[in-house]
Amino acid sequence: MSTAGADAGVEGNETPTAQPATEAQRPADYQALGLTQTEFELIVEKLGHRPNDVELAMFSLLWSEHCAYKHSRKLLRRLPTEGRRVLMGPGENAGAVDIGNGYAVAFKVESHNHPSAVEPFQGAATGVGGILRDVFALGARPIAILDSLRFGELDSERSRFLLDGAVRGIGHYGNSIGVATVGGEIYFEGPYEHNCLVNAMCVGLARKDEMVRAAATGVGNAVVLIGASTGRDGIGGASVLASAELGAGDEAKRPSVQIGDPFEESKLLECCLELLGKALLVCLQDLGAAGLTSSAGEMAWAGGVGIEIDVARVPLREADMEPFEIMVSESQERMLAVVSPERLHEVLAVCEKWQTGAARIGILTANGRFRVLRGEEVLGEMPLAALVDGCPLYDLSPAQPDGWIYGNRATLAPGASGEETLLALLSSPSLSSKRWAFEQYDSLVGSRTVRRPEAADAAVLQIPEAGTAIAVSIDGNGRRVACDPRAGTIEAVLECVQNLACVGAAPLGLTNCLNFGNPEKPTPAWQLDQSIAGLAEACEALGVPVVGGNVSLYNEGPEGPIYPTPVVGIVGELPDPARSAPSAFAREGDAIAILGPFAPSLAGSELAKLRGELGMGLPQPDIAAVAAACSTVRRAVREGQLASAHDISEGGLACAIAESAIGGELGCRVDDLSPLLQRGCSGHEALFGEASGGFLLSGERSVLASLGAIVIGEVGGEELRIGQLSLSLAEAERAWRSLQACEEPRGAAGTLRG
Amino acid sequence: MIWGVLQFPGSCDQRDALHACGLAGEARLIWHEERDLSGVDAVVVPGGFSYGDYLRAGAIARFSPAMAAVAEFAAAGGPVLGICNGFQVLCEAGLLPGALLRNRDLRFLCRQVELVAQGADSPFTTGIEAGERLSLPAKHGEGRYFAPPALLEEIEAGAQVAFRYAAGENPNGSARDIAGVVNEAGNVLGLMPHPEHAVDRLSGSTDGLAIFQSAAGSLV
Repeated sequence: MSTAGADAGVEGNETPTAQPATEAQRPADYQALGLTQTEFELIVEKLGHRPNDVELAMFSLLWSEHCAYKHSRKLLRRLPTEGRRVLMGPGENAGAVDIGNGYAVAFKVESHNHPSAVEPFQGAATGVGGILRDVFALGARPIAILDSLRFGELDSERSRFLLDGAVRGIGHYGNSIGVATVGGEIYFEGPYEHNCLVNAMCVGLARKDEMVRAAATGVGNAVVLIGASTGRDGIGGASVLASAELGAGDEAKRPSVQIGDPFEESKLLECCLELLGKALLVCLQDLGAAGLTSSAGEMAWAGGVGIEIDVARVPLREADMEPFEIMVSESQERMLAVVSPERLHEVLAVCEKWQTGAARIGILTANGRFRVLRGEEVLGEMPLAALVDGCPLYDLSPAQPDGWIYGNRATLAPGASGEETLLALLSSPSLSSKRWAFEQYDSLVGSRTVRRPEAADAAVLQIPEAGTAIAVSIDGNGRRVACDPRAGTIEAVLECVQNLACVGAAPLGLTNCLNFGNPEKPTPAWQLDQSIAGLAEACEALGVPVVGGNVSLYNEGPEGPIYPTPVVGIVGELPDPARSAPSAFAREGDAIAILGPFAPSLAGSELAKLRGELGMGLPQPDIAAVAAACSTVRRAVREGQLASAHDISEGGLACAIAESAIGGELGCRVDDLSPLLQRGCSGHEALFGEASGGFLLSGERSVLASLGAIVIGEVGGEELRIGQLSLSLAEAERAWRSLQACEEPRGAAGTLRG
Repeated sequence: MIWGVLQFPGSCDQRDALHACGLAGEARLIWHEERDLSGVDAVVVPGGFSYGDYLRAGAIARFSPAMAAVAEFAAAGGPVLGICNGFQVLCEAGLLPGALLRNRDLRFLCRQVELVAQGADSPFTTGIEAGERLSLPAKHGEGRYFAPPALLEEIEAGAQVAFRYAAGENPNGSARDIAGVVNEAGNVLGLMPHPEHAVDRLSGSTDGLAIFQSAAGSLV
């Protein structure tokens, strides 16, 4: 959504002006760049002449799915984006909400899937680098990173290689730049085997009066490129990698993956924040997908001006780069600023202090056109209206599949006992503890982290300067979305809101990353359409505005599409971080209770997966009832009434109980499952079934009862006793911590520093 | 007292150190190009990745103008605390014995660890009894303390080991569980875990405060 143009655009003037450098594009040229024949003809029509190489390269990127959202933008219009606390919404570098006392929190999630599938270490590292730039581009200091990762099953060597590389890459970048990685999630499912997902979310803190929008204004103002020099890395990343399916020979695409340099970004970050703090910039935009082309084009279009870029002034890593390469390079750690000429020397002085590059490479004009120059020579000239906002938007041709299109092989014996089932669930890589991964991340730098990873259902960060605290969670279960894209997406939003409720936080705004297959095919189109409908429905019903996001399509391998995976990140606020409830049991003798409209079923559950019983369909979540339960829990947590609060999600009640017990190093005895049986559940559904709306709480019996929670047991002992099921805590913990013991292949590109 | 907290390009924990020092006096940042430490009573070299640390942790920072000033300050008996990357920088600068190698399992590790104070004679430990346990977070990829056997014997004999990881807590394979050492004079302390991240009840531990308060107390 970052690429959406503002409505203050300039009408395109369609008289031809540039001298086409080469005229005779064969279909192979534009098709190799990802354009269809119709799109190419439309470009010729809008331009008034056949595009030359520079123009064609620029159009092909800005008209790619990654930049133009041509298959998703119409659907995204359904999402509610307004809210009392919203300061910046979709169309800006990141969304931002007001947290009071003159401060704002900016946040966004973005994908770096295809680069990570080709080269996981650099792909994940630069994914983090890119989302950090989106956040500090609007003047916010990044204070937290969360990651949402998806890989194939862990018994695949490729998945272990990708997991290892991605985790190292995230750690390398986040640790080195000094931004805490405070949370995230990792799932392992067969459909991600070929096409892993790496989504990174960044949360930043800004003074409201220092924030800037991504709109270039002021004809005659200088365009300054700040940061690293420009090289040949990442040429065509947005079109070649991000907007096409993966397939054989992807190793050959490694040159399209960018290389990250967190030290360069660290200097760039401090430099940009100092520039914005001194009010020296008119606007600032990061260079991400499609490099200079998109950042210059989009900021000019958003501000209603024209822009000229002189490629001869761009500092290069290799002297012989072609102009089109300079315009589309995705070299990392670069920002584009608009500066009034009289402040230019002050800007350059700050860049000098931070030892970061700065070059005046262009100027804003009044003509609504994007001109590319090399000295005096005009290399290309395009109306911004055509380039940035002219790409046709497509309607999808969705069709619901006849049944379950993904494989599912049983891995749990049909007659498994309750104990065997619980151990199998706890040790399944998607459910087991992610300590192995998050211990590789600095979760503390910045001194804001009040609840560390796995200590509570959401990360909690204190913001003493604003007299408040925030909580963040990121969620999305692709398998359940595959079962029912609408209900599954609603569940993802509800789970995120439930996680926030457990620490006492109320949602302020939502960001999302929609990871789907090829939208030109009927099934992924249907999944995308239904999922966005569910996202809109949940956000409307809960009153949570969507302040930004990202769409990643064409996530397919030779075996077909990934699970449809909307990843939802929500930032909430809470008055007193000291009271945010842990997810672990805290005291021997506390009562254990469930609360909420929780009617679990095995449909789409982890157990159904282990049994090889996956199929279409999910129970329909009751959003209003879940919202009511969330507010009850939130209020109780804020009043300090609960010893622990935990959302019941994957693996059902039994796994939630095991997690709270293992975390607290306290056993428990849960005798009474009759409340769930009375809701129509079978014994196995009560233990392992999944659904929205369930909370597992512990505390004083009378307090829990006064909240309307149903007491089902008591904390204590060294055993997990749930109904007929009995396990030693140590055995349960061994199973849950098994991800730590996974074989650790050495990533080829992994470097590690301290 | 006034603390000076060094800031190199690539430093990460300087704001955290500034906050912690501010709880035991006043504190200001010292830019890496500054040579003047006048008015500063104690120096902290903070954590992070100074100058990117692509070559070897601390290898470039030791040549910075500010470090030249810190070396003079230390030679004159001024208290200097190096935390994590700061410890690495002080070792590279020759202000502390030994070196920090990559962690035993070659991965960055972020984990709360228990330390045991060893009774070293240093302004940073005057308020900490020998045998006292401190819970601090460690977070590093190159924190495995190493010194040749003869040097190890020497620093043990000179009571220069200030902190060890408690039994079973050594996260990185450090020789003899060493988490922190002082120089011969005791005024320079290097510590791999982060006391500045343990000064606030909300962060889980306030055990790090004693280190800053000790230095403040011993200068009064």
